[in-house]
Amino acid sequence: MSVLPYVSAAWICAVGLYGAITSRNLIHLALCLTVVQSSTYVLLLAIGYVNRGGAPIFKGVKLGTRAVDPVVQSLTLTDIVVSVTVVALILALALDAHKDAGSVDPDTLADVKG
Amino acid sequence: MRLERSRVRAVVAVPAVAAVGALLVWAFVGLPDFGHYRGPYGFVLNRIGVPQRHTTNVVTAIVFDYRGFDTMGEEFILFGSVLGVVLLLRGRARDEAEEDLAKYTDAVSSDLVRVLGGLAAGVSLLIGLWLVSFGFVTPGGGFQGGVVVAGALLLVYAAGSFRAWRKVSNEEALDPLEGIGVGGYVIVGLAALVSGAPFLHNLLGPGKSGTLFSGGSLPFLNWVTALEVAAANVVLCAQFLEQCLAPHARKERSNS
Repeated sequence: MSVLPYVSAAWICAVGLYGAITSRNLIHLALCLTVVQSSTYVLLLAIGYVNRGGAPIFKGVKLGTRAVDPVVQSLTLTDIVVSVTVVALILALALDAHKDAGSVDPDTLADVKG
Repeated sequence: MRLERSRVRAVVAVPAVAAVGALLVWAFVGLPDFGHYRGPYGFVLNRIGVPQRHTTNVVTAIVFDYRGFDTMGEEFILFGSVLGVVLLLRGRARDEAEEDLAKYTDAVSSDLVRVLGGLAAGVSLLIGLWLVSFGFVTPGGGFQGGVVVAGALLLVYAAGSFRAWRKVSNEEALDPLEGIGVGGYVIVGLAALVSGAPFLHNLLGPGKSGTLFSGGSLPFLNWVTALEVAAANVVLCAQFLEQCLAPHARKERSNS
């Protein structure tokens, strides 16, 4: 059972990558990228987990109580923010491409001449 | 032509995926067993975070203090990408769309949705502000609370009307707020520098642990980040909503 979190992370990453490779739509591609990035959240949190550990918040909890790693949690927070901003930028680019070429299919866009 | 491209894709993708897969397997094999985190940083910070900074939420202490410089970079990523989105989307045929959108009426007609949505917006706004203000004491923080505040404002559109949304997402007010959010972070960092300490050094006394008056200058960074995150998210939503609604607004205007 102890490998399940890692397997989940690898699976989410694989699913996202498969989607990105076979994608025929820039918006779909952006979402696949988010899926790939989600696997890093699972992986980071899984690495920092301590058996029977609580949240690394010590309000009303005695200092020294067993808690999970707070560093990976803050890294995950950074990860999520970056993911959101990058997706927003990609979606804006996709919108722009659609206005110019009338399509969000990368194969059609490849035929568009500047 | 299309077939050829998918073949090219396969030729490029298969070796790349195989290489990434091999690296991933190699990395996964070296990971500690789940639940057996090896440390040492997490253990150290869980021990010293509260005594040093009097901040009971150690994650927030890391985000705004121990890794505060990193978070500044993150703020700039957020600021930069919002700037990019705005530059890409605002420029195009804006004046024309602006006139259509100003006259656009799409108010939600169900009274129940309006009342419950309005309530939900108010409650969400309170929860967001609570998450920010107590973000270094209990679970929460500037990033999380900022997103909830932006979500609460978006409910104004979802349960109200586009016209009401335009009032809360006024760009003349939000653009400066976003600048203040990201600039405020740098100013707090510079304040430390001016007083002779390293950049972003936690200047103020740690205060009383477990209260709002704890963490030194950390609460300031927390609040400017919340401002930046909330403003950035509302600006993003406003941009995409405008893009999405402009055709409907044009149609409605030409029909009337």
